Amino acid sequence: MVGGVHSEETTPPIAQGVPLHLEPLAFEPEALEPYIDAQTMRLHYEVHHAAYLNRLQAALREGNLRAANAFSLIRGLKHPPASVTPELQTSLRQNGGGHVNHTIFWRILTPPGKSPQGPQGRLAEAIQKEYGSLDTFKSVFAAAAMKRFGSGWAWLSVREDGKLIVTSTPDQDNPAMCGLVPDEECGLPILGLDVWEHAYYLKYQNRRQDYVSAWWNVVNWTRVERNFAVVTAR
Amino acid sequence: MNRRSFLVAGGAAVAGSVLPSPLHAAAAFPLELGKLPYAPEALEPHIDAQTMTIHHDKHHAAYVTNLNKALDAAKVSGKDALTLIKDLSALPADAQTAVRNNGGGHVNHTLFWSWMAPAGSGAKGPEGKLGAAIQSTFSSVDDFKKLFGEAATKRFGSGWAWLVVKADGKLAVTSTPNQDNPWMKGIVPDSDLGTPILGLDVWEHAYYLKYQNKRPDYITAWWNVVNWAEVAKGYAAAAA
Repeated sequence: MVGGVHSEETTPPIAQGVPLHLEPLAFEPEALEPYIDAQTMRLHYEVHHAAYLNRLQAALREGNLRAANAFSLIRGLKHPPASVTPELQTSLRQNGGGHVNHTIFWRILTPPGKSPQGPQGRLAEAIQKEYGSLDTFKSVFAAAAMKRFGSGWAWLSVREDGKLIVTSTPDQDNPAMCGLVPDEECGLPILGLDVWEHAYYLKYQNRRQDYVSAWWNVVNWTRVERNFAVVTAR
Repeated sequence: MNRRSFLVAGGAAVAGSVLPSPLHAAAAFPLELGKLPYAPEALEPHIDAQTMTIHHDKHHAAYVTNLNKALDAAKVSGKDALTLIKDLSALPADAQTAVRNNGGGHVNHTLFWSWMAPAGSGAKGPEGKLGAAIQSTFSSVDDFKKLFGEAATKRFGSGWAWLVVKADGKLAVTSTPNQDNPWMKGIVPDSDLGTPILGLDVWEHAYYLKYQNKRPDYITAWWNVVNWAEVAKGYAAAAA
């Protein structure tokens, strides 16, 4: 581990916010091999994610806006301050979404073998209740990831009414962007999978299905459970 | 020297016969995967052989397969892909999205292959009537390239940049998300409708193996393999 790498315990759950900086990864870029390769991780984190953050900060400066928490920012995007032009709103949506989504994504990943194979406790019960079994949930989630045409994400979220939902968003939209995503798909994400081609193309090329299958090996279920606990405790 | 004579003279391992210009014949959009009009390595170093092979043999092929599946499921037959995407609303409602995505993917890629040729095999820029039209619309070829490059760079997520001939005969630079195409009435804004005469794929699969996040470098390199003779033919047909 290099200096400055976050420990498991210090990275906050999603619902507690996403700061306006690049959070250190909780693992080395090569730690997710062979499922996600080191080159992809480096480019994805150091270049793609960093670019979203830079453009988000530029958009905030341009609009004379202050934000401490990117997650709160994107949740309120449907009704921005009057000074926010449509172009600026689009930039905040794309780059604020990009920053939040990638932060979420890194937080729920862990080296293979470091996490239980699936959720335990209350999240396990909730998945069982909603989908019948973990395997069924995984197939529903994978289908959402496969069906996303073009760039986007697959998500497991908790809706306002407490129901677990699997959805998919285009580009860098996030399920918490209420009013911008369909109402019935609006919720707080506890698990997300990036299916932009940049997330997998160097290793998997056109075989998105193989990437999705491999990815389950590096999901940090302990973190997903914490996300679920925080989101449902409110 | 035109593309065909270059390939013959150059002795390149041609993947198949040169396609008829798709802009002149709807028959060039049958519901099957055509062959590349040049060898996959013919666009090196600007577009690498591995990208070309995967792009054509896997991505384009999948659009064709999925288009045919959707049409079979909807019991639609007897129309070529271009006719289908020009009027998506004529299709059964539950087939429209699949035909939009996969019919668009098939048409867009068929055109894309035809708009490229090995570097140095033809004119370096637009000539004749197309050259004059670009000059009068965009001030200069460089200004046009800059505008087109911006449209390609700014497309967020997956999509295409286009040079289109609008209904009034004017040239315009536009961009569409995913596999939408400027011919798709009711899908693209009316102001962006037109006949595409040049298009650039900016899905990450079009450039990621060689250029990774550096989309602008891909765009710059791509100008070296534009088949201007083919673009001029498309312009002549669309403006006629």
